[in-house]
Amino acid sequence: MSGISLNDVVIAQAGIEPGTPVHHALEGRADVMEMTQATHDAALKPNDPGGLSHALRAALAARIARLNDDEALAEHYDGLVGEAGATEEITDIADPRAPAPSDGWLAAVVAYTDLVAARPRDTQAGDIKALKAAGVSDADIVRLSELNAFLAYQIRVIAGLKLMRGAK
Amino acid sequence: MSDTIHEFTTTIPHWQPRVKPIKLDEATPEQLDALKVTPSNTKVSDYVLVLANDVETLKVRTPLFNAIMYNRGGMSRAEREIGATAASVVNRCVYCAAVHASRYNQLAKDEEVMKRIFAKGEDADLDPRQSAILRFATRLSKAPSEASESDMQALREAGLNDEEILDLILSASLFGWANRLMHTLGDPVAKQD
Repeated sequence: MSGISLNDVVIAQAGIEPGTPVHHALEGRADVMEMTQATHDAALKPNDPGGLSHALRAALAARIARLNDDEALAEHYDGLVGEAGATEEITDIADPRAPAPSDGWLAAVVAYTDLVAARPRDTQAGDIKALKAAGVSDADIVRLSELNAFLAYQIRVIAGLKLMRGAK
Repeated sequence: MSDTIHEFTTTIPHWQPRVKPIKLDEATPEQLDALKVTPSNTKVSDYVLVLANDVETLKVRTPLFNAIMYNRGGMSRAEREIGATAASVVNRCVYCAAVHASRYNQLAKDEEVMKRIFAKGEDADLDPRQSAILRFATRLSKAPSEASESDMQALREAGLNDEEILDLILSASLFGWANRLMHTLGDPVAKQD
């Protein structure tokens, strides 16, 4: 097997077209691109979402993309928020300019996401303690971290590929 | 209470989790499969046991990690480790930096490059090719990314081809991921033994 799928989120977002040098290079890493799409699906739409619904995951992903100035990627995730039939409270999380939830479980999840998206170097033991204190389970802390961590990867692969193909 | 290590080092610390690792004797078949536990290999790190709390992601992330860091062709394995370490320095993941700087030292049979990166970060005095790699990976790792057209141009001027540049993007980006797990879910502490 060979070839890459132009429908993969990363490839579509970076605007990679067949016949270009970047497309050719990506074909040499078709396995990596396929697994990248598989990790997107595992982080956003897992069979067992635990305490983090598909709607919440999509809204957090859109928020992280916006915190990283990637509006096009944020809109991809807005689409997933809509598909998942999110409540207004969850939909609002996609916009970092909207007032954040002020207390409880959801507030802790959003605060942790904002920190890890923008200032991962400043994270401390107390940040995990705050999640636990707000009632976020250990397994959900790992799920939330993986979602954040995957987004950091995806956003940078897209940014790098755009530079590689010479997009402004 | 162990002492957390805050300074960059090539001595690999012990990683102490802040959340509960799964218990191997309570693991589901899916978790055992993702952990690649076999009767002859039952030694699994706390880090992987923590990640097994999200088994669906772990299952696909492990092969992705190995492909990006060890696939044949493209950028040399040593240079991919520069990408990994640059990200880890930006994100201050002392554990990741130790593992990947020491792996670079083994592969390149040289300790000077990592010594300089730990001391001066992005401004480390390296040869032109290494400088271009370090600068691009460092700037891509900022949040938001600060990598620019001129950083990309510098890679090409330093002689990197498209396959190498792609591998650099992937390895630096992958550590945007790994750092956000290692550095947030646990502490690097001195080994007790």
